[in-house]
Amino acid sequence: MQVTTAILRLLIFPGLFFAVPAAWLFLYIERKTIAQMQQRIGPPLLQPFYDFVKLLGKEPLKLGGIQGLLMRAWPAFSVSVLIAALALIPVFPSKGGFSGDLILLITLLELPSMFYMLAGFTSRSIYGKVGSMREASLSLSSNLLFLTAVMMIAVSAHTFRLSELAVPAASPARWLGLAAIVLCIPAKLRLNPFSTSSAEQEIYSGPLTEYSGSDLALWELAHGLEWLALSGFVVSLAFPRTGFKIADAGIFAFLCIALVVLLATVAAATARFTIDRSVRFYWRWSVALAVVFLVSAVVFKG
Amino acid sequence: MKVLEKLLSHCRQKSPWLFHMNSGSCNGCDIELVASIAPRYDVEQLGIHLEGSPRHADILCITGPVTYNTLEAVKTVYGQVPRPKAVVALGSCAASCNAFAGSPTVVGPLHRHIPVDVYVPGCPPRPDAIIEGIAKAAELLGHSERRPLTDEDVKDIPPCGGCEAAAAEGEEPCR
Repeated sequence: MQVTTAILRLLIFPGLFFAVPAAWLFLYIERKTIAQMQQRIGPPLLQPFYDFVKLLGKEPLKLGGIQGLLMRAWPAFSVSVLIAALALIPVFPSKGGFSGDLILLITLLELPSMFYMLAGFTSRSIYGKVGSMREASLSLSSNLLFLTAVMMIAVSAHTFRLSELAVPAASPARWLGLAAIVLCIPAKLRLNPFSTSSAEQEIYSGPLTEYSGSDLALWELAHGLEWLALSGFVVSLAFPRTGFKIADAGIFAFLCIALVVLLATVAAATARFTIDRSVRFYWRWSVALAVVFLVSAVVFKG
Repeated sequence: MKVLEKLLSHCRQKSPWLFHMNSGSCNGCDIELVASIAPRYDVEQLGIHLEGSPRHADILCITGPVTYNTLEAVKTVYGQVPRPKAVVALGSCAASCNAFAGSPTVVGPLHRHIPVDVYVPGCPPRPDAIIEGIAKAAELLGHSERRPLTDEDVKDIPPCGGCEAAAAEGEEPCR
């Protein structure tokens, strides 16, 4: 694969140049939807941009040494990993893209949550540590469901290649897997009802308690990019392609925004689960899905 | 560079994040602050956002007359808010100690210990007044000549009536 294509994909589309405004748009849609659910007008369109620029202009972290270095590194890693994940998402399935597969994409989508946890432990704040532990147990349980669903999708299509996964018409196993992935997204985005790791009424801001200034701005951006990457991942595996690039892009964007609105509505309509309840929720669904997966594997063998 | 500074100043005015602190308040002002953050008044239109950590905040909202026990906490939290920052003293207690003036356990009012930018008087103030106060503080945040606040700024604040009385009686003023 060509180096120039790769660089263009990382920096222009769907990389940095496109992804950052899109992430702000998604953050805006999330906040606006929650505001509408509460019968409010909500923030102006540019609010995530204002927040980002304001945070860039704040006094930075004053920590030195390894701790300061690591605390500055985690959000930067998160943003770069998510941009790489975005470059992999097969909006227009073609052979000319990145030669990555589903496993690489899942790894890249999973790393930011790991960095988030490490940020809490690195900050040495007691609230950060509690938040990180909650994030760890939640990620352990939601990933069980997530990975089972991803396996189900890959096995039903007999491939791990993203460009091939995106092409064929969706099968029942694919729909079930995608529904399970959508069920995992609130935990991955730390949305209600699975927002225990950043529950400000209990543990201030969780792992991000000690962050300020530009590092916090990068965390905000990473959150928007996570929205973009996860909704893009689900939608790119779900929607049927028309063959016309402009129509495909339009349908893709519309479905992504619809997914954001749906998840934000659920977040606005629910209260926060305690950590043991959220863990139990995901283990139950994982067991159910694993049983369905095994049965279908036996029944539709060959 | 002028354009960038203008943009930054605009963004600072458009995105004030709050941290709420109680320095021994009777809880009346705290209830009103929470009421003004609630959906009815929709402060998110102004970009106002209540944050969990003082390190994320731009505006420190302090209620209460500053009791002896909370003094160190108030100073610590003020130090934890990154510059540029503004302080809003909510309620009559933070402005003048109100009914608690003269109590041996009260070391306020607030401006003796940290620089205050906006006073919102009232016992308790109405949510409309609180939102106006926060909006004023956000406006102050945008003025570049005001930042950053240094320890020098704290030094220049004149002593309050309580301090002068203490000095007249030969006692040590609080600052």
